[in-house]
Amino acid sequence: MSTVSVRDVTVAFEAVQVFDGLSLDIQEGEFIVLLGPSGCGKSTLLNAIAGLLDVAEGQIWINGKNVTWEEPKDRGIAMVFQSYALYPRMNVRENMSFGLKMAKTPKPEIEKRVTRAAELLQITPLLDRRPDQLSGGQRQRVAIGRALVRDAAVFLFDEPLSNLDAKLRNELRVEIKRLHARLGKTTMVYVTHDQIEAMTLADRIVVMKEQKIQQIGTPDEIYHRPANLFVAGFVGSPQMNFIKGRLENTGEGLSFLAGDRRLSLSGYPFITAPSAGQDVVLGVRPEHLEIASTGIWPGFTVDIVEPMGADTVIWCSDAVGSVQVRTSGSRRATPGESVTLHVDPTQVSLFAADSGERL
Amino acid sequence: MSAAVPQGRRPGRLTVGRIGVYAFLVTAALFFLLPLWIMVVTSLKPMEEIRLGNILALPAAMTIEAWSKAWSSACTGLECNGISVGFWNSVRILIPSLILSIMAGAINGYALSFWRVKGANVMFGILLLGAFIPYQVFLYPLVRIFSLTGIYNSLTCIVLVHVIFGLPTMTLLFRNYYAGLPIELFKAARIDGGGFWSIFFRVILPMSTPIVVVATILQVTGIWNDFIFGLTFAGRENLPMTVQLNNIVNSTQGERAYNVDMAATMLAALIPLVVYFVSGRWFVRGIAAGAVKG
Repeated sequence: MSTVSVRDVTVAFEAVQVFDGLSLDIQEGEFIVLLGPSGCGKSTLLNAIAGLLDVAEGQIWINGKNVTWEEPKDRGIAMVFQSYALYPRMNVRENMSFGLKMAKTPKPEIEKRVTRAAELLQITPLLDRRPDQLSGGQRQRVAIGRALVRDAAVFLFDEPLSNLDAKLRNELRVEIKRLHARLGKTTMVYVTHDQIEAMTLADRIVVMKEQKIQQIGTPDEIYHRPANLFVAGFVGSPQMNFIKGRLENTGEGLSFLAGDRRLSLSGYPFITAPSAGQDVVLGVRPEHLEIASTGIWPGFTVDIVEPMGADTVIWCSDAVGSVQVRTSGSRRATPGESVTLHVDPTQVSLFAADSGERL
Repeated sequence: MSAAVPQGRRPGRLTVGRIGVYAFLVTAALFFLLPLWIMVVTSLKPMEEIRLGNILALPAAMTIEAWSKAWSSACTGLECNGISVGFWNSVRILIPSLILSIMAGAINGYALSFWRVKGANVMFGILLLGAFIPYQVFLYPLVRIFSLTGIYNSLTCIVLVHVIFGLPTMTLLFRNYYAGLPIELFKAARIDGGGFWSIFFRVILPMSTPIVVVATILQVTGIWNDFIFGLTFAGRENLPMTVQLNNIVNSTQGERAYNVDMAATMLAALIPLVVYFVSGRWFVRGIAAGAVKG
């Protein structure tokens, strides 16, 4: 059974339609990440699930109940916001118990839940402080705590880490993952534009662009088998290399051809029947290219070397264009050096040049 | 002494130009203080001294007789109870008008900026339009309406008028302040189960101190200094201080008691002055508060 189910939902702002019949099913206990560039509609979708935004058409189901017309508080959800949204005039304890007070929960029960959430998030010493006496990371912890005490079946996160600096972001990311594991059956829907957060946290990622779902899949599927050019280009850093070319019949079956570059596709798992002569785009992740003495693509020149510590990114180019190669951190190269590249043909992705869809 | 090596704080320099600027500023300040000076010294002089005509001179025999006369025994027309009657009338008008108009403005601003009522922008536009129509246009229709409903010439009537005419400014003030608060705060409160009133009183209003102070300053000065509404709507029993001041100044028989007039005027100006001095610090903070997130 799914906990959250978005069925054919259309959202309209004034005259502008944001979604047109969008559907999404989320399983119980699942960690779903909505990933996309700003303006792709991921936050709008989250607000629609939360009930902070009226849908124009369609239904939203949470926990087997049609909540399309329900108030946010009656949907069994909790939400964490990017700007923390802590009530500035209340201390941490009051912030965390506000929702329970509104729901007329008995005092001892409030006390119990706040204490438990505070312990879980290690914010017990902060309970009597006001939000302006807390650091950013502490504030977001409190905001998560405020969501936690609601004992909701579904947690909604709206870019919760985007206001934090890189180090804190990593810490809290791990903490959210740990929290999800510890809570067991709690469903989490998490909106972000950060692909690292998406890859590390998600059970399934929903990649969105221009109000449409591009692909739903596990981080593995999204990364290794992107459904189209957009997903392939959006996920992964450094970006996937795209090489425009054409399919041709050679002795050993279908091959990819771009200038002097040639790649046999005999082992490639086509999902649609390809035809020779078709214009295609070959997608190769930088880590699936290799600088080798016995490579299949000779004639490249090293342009730029970017040492990143754990690995080194080397930009190489030939007459057709430039590609990024990800090598081990100890690898060094000199700009101007001639190199030969090797491609692992089992790891490439192939897209139709016209539609951008995976072949 | 070696030549100064540039390091640390840059030394201040007093140039001729700078001295000129200061001299001009001091002169200008003195010039604008002159009327106040004349008022204060005149109010402390007995009439014999005033007749001598040295209006800038310090009083030779200082007396506060004029002040006590202005407060308790100056004649406003036929009655001679001083301006104190008007003072208390003004207080009785001010306090309910102040509280009601600020509450109305805050609730309006809150509803307009957070609840996105249908047609909110149109409503706000119409409300603002009301602020640009001269008051005089409303006077006669309002008098008719109030006398039809039977509350004309009463405290209720004048308070109502102040609340209505304060609405556009107060709404604008609060709406703009609330527009600067993060909308996520409101969303969080809705998820926490707050309704229209509980979000307003428990979350939004506690964050409104700076803007409430600004609104208070505007309304206290506005309502206290009002003349035409008080004269038109308050009725003889409730005439505010401004109207009575006018009566005192204009109803003198024989020799004009300049010292009493001056003292009465300053008494009438006291409340707004006190508000400015007490809340000046808050006023600046309130204006600046829009730039800082809650």
